Amino acid sequence: MDRDATADVNAPHSMGTTIIGVTYNGGVILGADSRTSTGLYVANRASDKITQLTDNVYICRSGSAADSQIVSDYVRYFLHQHTIQLGQPATVKVAANLVRLLSYNNKNMLQTGIIVGGWDKYEGGKIYGIPLGGTILEQPFAIGGSGSSYLYGFFDQAWKEGMTKDEAEQLVVKAVSLAIARDGASGGVVRTVTINNEGVTRNFYPGDQLPLWHEEVEAHNSLLDILNASSPEPMST
Amino acid sequence: MSSIGTGYDLSVTTFSPDGRVFQIEYAAKAVDNSGTVVGIKCKDGIVIGVEKLIASKMMLPGSNRRIHSVHRHSGMGVAGLAADGRQIVARAKSEAHNYESTYGEPIPIKELAERVASYVHLCTLYWWLRPFGSGVILGGYDRDGPQLYMVEPSGVSYRYFGAAIGKGRQSAKTEIEKLKLSEMTCRQGVIEVAKIIYGVHDEAKDKTFELEMSWVCDESNRQHQKVPEALLEEAKAAAKSALEEMDAD
Repeated sequence: MDRDATADVNAPHSMGTTIIGVTYNGGVILGADSRTSTGLYVANRASDKITQLTDNVYICRSGSAADSQIVSDYVRYFLHQHTIQLGQPATVKVAANLVRLLSYNNKNMLQTGIIVGGWDKYEGGKIYGIPLGGTILEQPFAIGGSGSSYLYGFFDQAWKEGMTKDEAEQLVVKAVSLAIARDGASGGVVRTVTINNEGVTRNFYPGDQLPLWHEEVEAHNSLLDILNASSPEPMST
Repeated sequence: MSSIGTGYDLSVTTFSPDGRVFQIEYAAKAVDNSGTVVGIKCKDGIVIGVEKLIASKMMLPGSNRRIHSVHRHSGMGVAGLAADGRQIVARAKSEAHNYESTYGEPIPIKELAERVASYVHLCTLYWWLRPFGSGVILGGYDRDGPQLYMVEPSGVSYRYFGAAIGKGRQSAKTEIEKLKLSEMTCRQGVIEVAKIIYGVHDEAKDKTFELEMSWVCDESNRQHQKVPEALLEEAKAAAKSALEEMDAD
């Protein structure tokens, strides 16, 4: 194994990532893991990959952290001006279109896959997937990031149209945790954002509370706790 | 209410002592002297009608269109100097196209009206430009429903239930006010607009005219298009017989 690659802390920050966007009966749910890596070093194990563009539109970012941040900053700025001019909240479609124009026109310089999700009064909850080259595709659900490879079959089986909010949230959390189990570049916690006509709700699922899958090891307390305990007891397996 | 603004009316960048810009008012006169344009908002769409005064019998019927489509969902009826009106339409088409390229959805009618008004107003701010000698009635159907706007040469734009510009606007507006627009479909609206235009046309003073009409409504699939031939003929017939009734009294 090449020793240098394990600790290349100067490599660009990349979000290996698993990101998901799902529509349900009444809105959308966006979900993501929280691992940001530089090479094989985890630069941030609790990052927030779900970013706000407007009150009613959020995006999931994957790929280069810098590229996805700059794209979301520009689109937030454009959407803000657009909202002022229009006199009402921007639609999800407009937000998604602005993202893909940037992605497409700068495709040679950018490396970022984005899922745009939100709710507006004309179309309700909508998800748009904007992968690497700058294609835009409106989908009932979208997955992205390195961890998404392991989820295509899962969604083929588990996805259904018109789920309730809770069903959809459970689906998203389960999917992200499955991807975390198999994808080394995804990990940490699961964050979800639910957007509907009532507003926006953020949820957080700590890593040790996620379901375990085949042959995974259970979470242990830190061994350092033994030192602080009054009478040290042997670790239980 | 005409007055001469001696000395203060030579440039659009000059105010008169009583706060008027005479050049803009003179531009409005160009609109006032042209053929009537009428627009109404019915419950399911917009109808626009134009009294197209025919300058010469040699002109082909159907040429020199005064109503133009700006986008799939909207159209404009133009009054005043025809060439000026053509520029306003060209600008509106360009704005609509750019908006859709950038934002990925058809331009909301309110936004389109604001951009057109802003452009018309722009041309009243510089001494090296003259104001547009034409006003437009802009009608469209977007996701917020049918909307009707009027833009004047001053750059002012308001939203209307019914609007009229040109020679016969005073009597046209009186007629429009009598209509119960919120209960009317566009099909009925077409007949009413035809009656109004035939009604305001002054046989004595003006030459013959051609009636040009367009609509954008549920029946036309929310697309702006010429009123279908059959309905147009029906409207003309109804308008003519309404006139005869009036004359008979």
